[in-house]
Amino acid sequence: MTATNAAKEPIIRVEGLSFKYATATEKALKEINFTVFPGEYVAILGLSGAGKTTLCLSLNGIIPQMVMGEKEGRCLIKGQDTDEVPVREMAKTVGMVFDNPEYQLTQLTVEGEVALGLENLGIPYEEMLTRIKEALKVVGLEGLEERSPMQLSGGQQQRLAIAAAMAMYPEILVLDEPTTNLDPIGKEEVFEVLQRLNREKGMTIVIAEHEVEVIAEYADRVIILDRGELITNGPPAEVFNDVETISRLGLRTPQVTEFGYRLKKKGHNLPEQLPITLQDAVKKYSGVGGKK
Amino acid sequence: MSKNIIIKCEDLHHTYPSGVSALQGVDLAIAEREIVGVIGQNGSGKTTLVKHFNGLLKPTSGQVFVKGINTREAEIKEISRHAGYVFQNPNHQLFAGSVRKELEFGPANIGMSAEEIEERVRLAADFFGLEEFLDENPYRLSFPLRKTVGIASIYAMDPEIFILDEPTTGLDYTRARMVAALIKKLQDEGRTVLIVSHDMMLIAECCTRVIVLWNSRLIGDGTPREIFGNRELLEKTNLAPPQIFRMAEEIGLQHNGKTPLSVDEAVETVERGERAG
Repeated sequence: MTATNAAKEPIIRVEGLSFKYATATEKALKEINFTVFPGEYVAILGLSGAGKTTLCLSLNGIIPQMVMGEKEGRCLIKGQDTDEVPVREMAKTVGMVFDNPEYQLTQLTVEGEVALGLENLGIPYEEMLTRIKEALKVVGLEGLEERSPMQLSGGQQQRLAIAAAMAMYPEILVLDEPTTNLDPIGKEEVFEVLQRLNREKGMTIVIAEHEVEVIAEYADRVIILDRGELITNGPPAEVFNDVETISRLGLRTPQVTEFGYRLKKKGHNLPEQLPITLQDAVKKYSGVGGKK
Repeated sequence: MSKNIIIKCEDLHHTYPSGVSALQGVDLAIAEREIVGVIGQNGSGKTTLVKHFNGLLKPTSGQVFVKGINTREAEIKEISRHAGYVFQNPNHQLFAGSVRKELEFGPANIGMSAEEIEERVRLAADFFGLEEFLDENPYRLSFPLRKTVGIASIYAMDPEIFILDEPTTGLDYTRARMVAALIKKLQDEGRTVLIVSHDMMLIAECCTRVIVLWNSRLIGDGTPREIFGNRELLEKTNLAPPQIFRMAEEIGLQHNGKTPLSVDEAVETVERGERAG
């Protein structure tokens, strides 16, 4: 924990959170504890069924308010218990983006899609126009206001879902595998927008994502879930260097890290902490290829 | 047609009823036992192309031959005996009331005997670890499992040509490894495999050949190493090689002019370089 964080209040505080779906026999989440500070970019990693979606849905109160089941523990957003604040009220603070934008987009035009959430919040018309314009600009969809969301590419649709969420000025954006159905350029578009929202607007990002190379590049912190339990919570450089734990859980570490780990095991002299990004790897491994 | 060519396209064009032109003049020949990756951005024509290979789509103009059969002149049933297509989204494929019925449907449909069907279902369930789910409704299974059932149901039909559309999308690493293992198995069994995918690690690891589509046209055709090493081509299509390949290129890690495609190959390349020294 950095000194700056110590002075701040956490924006998300999850305390002993457990949840069992009404139809399930086993708990989807088991006594989860963690905090997130304002402006952090947190990635959640885990196999399917590890509890990532359940955790995401708990952060804005959809669980337990709209999903049947048994909940224990607490989830506090800016000190407010998600049990007590209505979901539509919580939507002002916590924006949500799901894996399939098609499920989320309902309006006839791009503009209408962004307007929907704002109308629900009762934002005055003039301000709505300003926010729509701003949100579409940030995600790079200006000029497409009148277009039908169904005519957009997958990457554009997902960016539209992000625009609709961010126009409500949430302090936290929660995304559940937002790039699963996107092609490489669509993925890149989404991650660039998220980075901008995080760096320039200080938005707190919580994202469930499979692609470890991307997480290593962008996240400040990685949380690993396994069968409903929180296994690891730390900076990416630390988490991805623990290759034994990662492999034991059936996950993988970035390719450049795996490469260094395997060479080290074969007796190569490499830095204590292995690089986790391409850029860093190129610097730290520059001698490896040349050793003839 | 030379005897080991199993799929052949001649000046293939496809225009959807909406007027969208999805393929414009594709010429392509695929030989038996090739493992071919089909890459390109969404909307480049990848899925439209491979759907011609089991007769789901027929050319608007030009010809497609599958095992010498002109797909225009054959019923889909006849072609699908040879070529099985696994949908990207299992929800578009699965309809039976149980996993067992799902696995039995294809083999029964192409006229396998009861004993053959039983044997294929057993093999498929065994390989994909589905024994315990045979009596479940596919729609009660999680997405990754449902996706696995989609692949297994085609495997049960024992097709010589296997077409996988985005087989790892939405799967976690452990399940994605199962897909890679499946492709290796299909390769060992002597089948021809086509893989439409954005998963460059999978393409790099499994494919003997990669074709690149862009704007409804085929613009690249080569080994994974040739394609990933062609910056101009990749920039045009906005695709990137696996991280390990990019790293190796940047630090000049190669053996006999070959840049490693996987972590295994990269580690091996370092070791070889040292033994040579």
